[in-house]
Amino acid sequence: MTVHNFYIFDRNGSCLHYSEWNRKKQAGISKEEEFKLMYGMLFSIRSFISKMSPLDMKDGFLAFQTSRYKLHYYETPTGIKLVMNTDLGVPNCRDTLQQIYSTLYVEYIVKNPLCVLGESLQSDLFNTKLDSFIRALPFFSIRAA
Amino acid sequence: MAIFSVYVVNKAGGLIYQYDNYVPRTEVEKTFSFPLDLVLKIHDEKVIVSFGQRDGIRVGHALLSINGVDVSGKYTAEGKEIQEYLKDPANYPVSIKFGRQKLSSNEKLMLASMFHSLFAIGSQLSPEVGSSGIEMLETDMFKLHCFQTLTGIKFIVLADPRQSGIDALLRKIYEIYSDFALKNPFYSLEMPIRCELFDQNLKMALEIAEKAGTFGPGS
Repeated sequence: MTVHNFYIFDRNGSCLHYSEWNRKKQAGISKEEEFKLMYGMLFSIRSFISKMSPLDMKDGFLAFQTSRYKLHYYETPTGIKLVMNTDLGVPNCRDTLQQIYSTLYVEYIVKNPLCVLGESLQSDLFNTKLDSFIRALPFFSIRAA
Repeated sequence: MAIFSVYVVNKAGGLIYQYDNYVPRTEVEKTFSFPLDLVLKIHDEKVIVSFGQRDGIRVGHALLSINGVDVSGKYTAEGKEIQEYLKDPANYPVSIKFGRQKLSSNEKLMLASMFHSLFAIGSQLSPEVGSSGIEMLETDMFKLHCFQTLTGIKFIVLADPRQSGIDALLRKIYEIYSDFALKNPFYSLEMPIRCELFDQNLKMALEIAEKAGTFGPGS
């Protein structure tokens, strides 16, 4: 089990943060293009799901999986979107993502007067804390394969 | 537990079959007196609740009928604009039914091709080599399962998150498609499936899947 990469988007679709751990394949396009494609896909999935759903939803979109990876999604009421790609063995990560938001994003970005909200996150403290948080997750392990 | 619906999408992204197996009731009928304490707006030629969520009427619900008579789009059955009708105190008390708007066949076509593109993007953004497109999409109310055959046809099943045996069901639907659509001499490839035997067998498979979740050995 492992974590591949992690994105934070703001409500306007700009990518605030990106980091990767065990990523085997790049999308073959520039990072900016990739962020746009990822945000566009999430945006479309949200509208797709709200139309498709036979019932009214509370949390909405949680995750999707393909044959090789699983994408976990968490959105705060303010529209910050946290996205984490892991492999298939990882169970529901909603709590983990919420924890990243409440203990890392809020603590080190929102409460940091030097961080301008809505701009790409430059805080080294946040980056190191996030890295150690992800590396400490029970399902984070660098596979031999 | 339930299986909500089945979609079959051809390799070009066109919807060639759709069946609603179970549509949960989300309708609420209530009698209102003047003035109406909900804010309504017109969206996409329909009247939608935009503010004033209460008693099971949720923001985003559409106005379905007035005094037991179904409305058509933003007009009442008599052809008056609904918003004008509801502004007139003489029409009150009025009984209005709200609920989730049912998908029109046009919307279903659009959603099917939308999923077709999402499926492709999902595979392009993969951090691992050799990934397929979206196979399962999870929300708190339903799970969407998708099975793409080698020839590019996608079978999509919407089911309750707790429903098991969907993978077996998807393969069973593929089998039914091969047996009763492909082998039907009057069926032309990539075109909408209108085969009675396909319908019958699909319904049977859904029933079995809902009850047991398996199709026995050999299938």
